Amino acid sequence: MSEIKKFMYVNRKAPYGTIYALESLEVVLIGAAFDQDVSLAFLDDGVYQLTKDQDTSGIGMKNFSPTYAALGDYDVTKIYVEKESLEERGLSLDDLQHLTYEDEDDDWAEKDSIRLVSREELARIMDEQDVLLSF
Amino acid sequence: MAMLHTVNKSPFERTALQSCLGHALEGASVLLFEDGVYAAMQGTAVSAQVSEALGKVRFYVLGPDLRARGLREDRVIDGIQVVDYDGFVDLVTSHDNVQAWL
Amino acid sequence: MVNEGPYNHQASDSAYRFTKAALDKGHEIFRVFFYHDGVYNGTRLGVPPQDDRNITQLWQELAAEHDLDLVVCVAAAQRRGILDADEAKRHGKDADNIAERFRISGLGQLIEAGIKADRLVVFGD
Repeated sequence: MSEIKKFMYVNRKAPYGTIYALESLEVVLIGAAFDQDVSLAFLDDGVYQLTKDQDTSGIGMKNFSPTYAALGDYDVTKIYVEKESLEERGLSLDDLQHLTYEDEDDDWAEKDSIRLVSREELARIMDEQDVLLSF
Repeated sequence: MAMLHTVNKSPFERTALQSCLGHALEGASVLLFEDGVYAAMQGTAVSAQVSEALGKVRFYVLGPDLRARGLREDRVIDGIQVVDYDGFVDLVTSHDNVQAWL
Repeated sequence: MVNEGPYNHQASDSAYRFTKAALDKGHEIFRVFFYHDGVYNGTRLGVPPQDDRNITQLWQELAAEHDLDLVVCVAAAQRRGILDADEAKRHGKDADNIAERFRISGLGQLIEAGIKADRLVVFGD
């Protein structure tokens, strides 16, 4: 498979209330092995997936939020977070986990995976994709 | 070519249509189907917004879903084209990519 | 990709009608991938009322006619109790319930479909 396609995982739903966020993440982890041009978009309630300090001990469900921090190790380094979606929910980047990756083209310098983008910028990035997986 | 957006939720229950319209670029198409078809009707709280968006994007609505819900084609907002499942397939093949606003 | 189970949501019906229309028009459907509760499309134990459609059977008929590849995600299926004979044996279960013409496989099948097919359409809630 020499063809490289642009895959975007579109996350618009909050975690725990439904299983979509968790099972979406499972696809991302498997998909990382396919050497495609992968990005993740978090918009609308999807931004809640990335909040820090998630503690699920009281609801008996697995806290899968630490997995987002491991995405860099899977070479998933483009994580788009929509600015307007954060603002509408009274959130800022400080409320989200700090996600990083090591850039192999830049002497393994640690870089931020999260790219804060406007709605308009995200719309253009979505437009460039070959495959949009929404859950 | 451009993107096809699909919206299958009522605009009165979910933000899918709002979010879709916020991200649809000029020249894109929006297909309303399942409970999304309620957004295609005249005289609703979202009709004005849909009509305004018609200047920027093309709107389609799935006829079988309209009829199933007792919605009349002559009450569909002017400029929205009614298609069947064949038309749905044609929309998918005639656009570059498809984004489902679930 | 079909993200919801049959009956509760229209997603399976829409996906079926879309797939049938595409095949009737001469298009190739590379694969139908069932994920999340969509895996319930693949149980052979559903018994809908006589006057209702049987979605699993509709998929099976379409698959028989067009050699359609119906793939149920293994991880999502295990969680929800959809098993084929091998999976049932491996997990020490006393029965399997996957319907004929459906097969259980990994998420890689979804990514492969995304790579190989010209378009990917998602049906869900």
